[in-house]
Amino acid sequence: MREELLRIIERNSRIDLKELAVILGAEEIDVVNEMAAMEAEGIICGYHTLIDWEKTSIEKVSALIEVRVTPQRGQGFDRIAERIYKYPEVNAVYLISGGFDLLVTLEGKSLKEVSAFVSDKLAPLESVLSTATHFILKKYKDHGTILTRQYEDQREKVSP
Amino acid sequence: MRNPLSDRIVQIKPSGIRKFFDIVSEMPDAISLGVGEPDFDTPWHIRDEGIYSLEKGRTFYTSNLGLKELREEICKYLARRFDLHYDCQNEVIVTVGGSEAIDIALRTMINPGDEVIIPQPSYVSYEPCAILANAKPVILNLKAENEFRLTAQELEDAITERTKVLILPFPNNPTGAIMERADLEAIARVIIQHDLFVISDEIYAELSYKGKHVSIAQIPGMKERTVLINGFSKSYAMTGWRLGYACAPQRITEQMFKIHQFAIMCAPTTSQYAAIEALKNGDGDVERMREQYNQRRRYLVHAFEEMGLPCFEPFGAFYIFPCIREFHMTSDEFATRFLEEEKVAVVPGTAFGDCGEGFLRISYAYSLENLKVAIGRLERFVKRLKAQQGRDV
Repeated sequence: MREELLRIIERNSRIDLKELAVILGAEEIDVVNEMAAMEAEGIICGYHTLIDWEKTSIEKVSALIEVRVTPQRGQGFDRIAERIYKYPEVNAVYLISGGFDLLVTLEGKSLKEVSAFVSDKLAPLESVLSTATHFILKKYKDHGTILTRQYEDQREKVSP
Repeated sequence: MRNPLSDRIVQIKPSGIRKFFDIVSEMPDAISLGVGEPDFDTPWHIRDEGIYSLEKGRTFYTSNLGLKELREEICKYLARRFDLHYDCQNEVIVTVGGSEAIDIALRTMINPGDEVIIPQPSYVSYEPCAILANAKPVILNLKAENEFRLTAQELEDAITERTKVLILPFPNNPTGAIMERADLEAIARVIIQHDLFVISDEIYAELSYKGKHVSIAQIPGMKERTVLINGFSKSYAMTGWRLGYACAPQRITEQMFKIHQFAIMCAPTTSQYAAIEALKNGDGDVERMREQYNQRRRYLVHAFEEMGLPCFEPFGAFYIFPCIREFHMTSDEFATRFLEEEKVAVVPGTAFGDCGEGFLRISYAYSLENLKVAIGRLERFVKRLKAQQGRDV
């Protein structure tokens, strides 16, 4: 049940528990217990909302920042990653393979604010060797959801 | 002027679904539970392969039987999924949808006056295709109390000395019924005893929700008597690509091949390239779609239970077939009033044979959100009918 349950709530975390039980063909109590267990195990880490801020009047700027760092003896990348992810304006920090080490995603009110974060906070960190900041111009798809298109049923209304 | 028409085509009734379609088209704001095709788009990697084949200029006919690579993949798929082993050189024809396969199989096997047993409710084209093939269609009415499965006794009772072919439409459109291995074994004995052949339309094989689908061709002694029909429309959400296939013993396929060759030439080339990709890398897509259909199916079974509308639990395809006899209306009247009063289109069971009277076909090839809205309206409608009935008594 776990895998299917996770696939459903990954798409729709607001689904009614009773309904969730029905479509899984399980008892509601078992679903509740399973979800509580997965929360405790840290498998379910939160129930967020996917927002297309573009469609609101609120200004937001997002950026992807490539960061090259020197790993520290005994702690690898974890210590520097922690120093970065503790900033609340940082959305995500990933350790990645390839030409650089950490990918940091960031949200700010303006270009200026994001630039200030990079130049005042991120770049001066001891083990940071270099950064490259990419501002996001348009989000087409996020979290598996296409943001630019409304679904339209193009089928004939009745067919055999 | 002389009458330009053949008597045979004139006497064939137009599909019952057509009439309903015309009413619905005049109601632009109606929502529908009436479609017989998936709501998913064809998975992108499959579409992409079709596009790529066009870019490469693969715009010519293929061999009449279909691309060799596609036939090989079909055989590998049938072996992998159903432990069925066909020879891709001689026992497979790629057709324009399962529909063409039904037509050419009947035309290949029937001599004038041979009887074809057609269990109903079932897909709309078996009976007309049988008539066009000069057969005498013998309608076998499946029963709700058997969950619309075909029983050996029912089959036995329908057989005469002219019977040659049985059409076996499972998983079933419109009822959602399936035939499990034991059901198939029981009818196989009758089929072999009476020396019949089977055209097994398994287009919904991948949409089975109670264990894996079993083909009649898997039952010992049946492969040599079976024309197996399948295709890409339902399992890979590829209805518009028009691609299906038929597998049968060589002595049947080599004759089917003639009709296919002269009437069709070959199935669409772009679709064939896309289908190769579907078979090679599409198992995960099928599973993902099946999981979602299954969730909707459970939702509907539960909703009908709550509503108190009698309905057996369907384990195949993407239809549910509730009974509405208690309202003392024909299926047609019920569907028409439901459409007029609640603006939801469902298909009357009678579109799939007279024995569909008293039932509705409800498709769950819709998102859960859409289903919820439509089922909410059905609940309201049913409540209103029950209240009216209460007053009348």
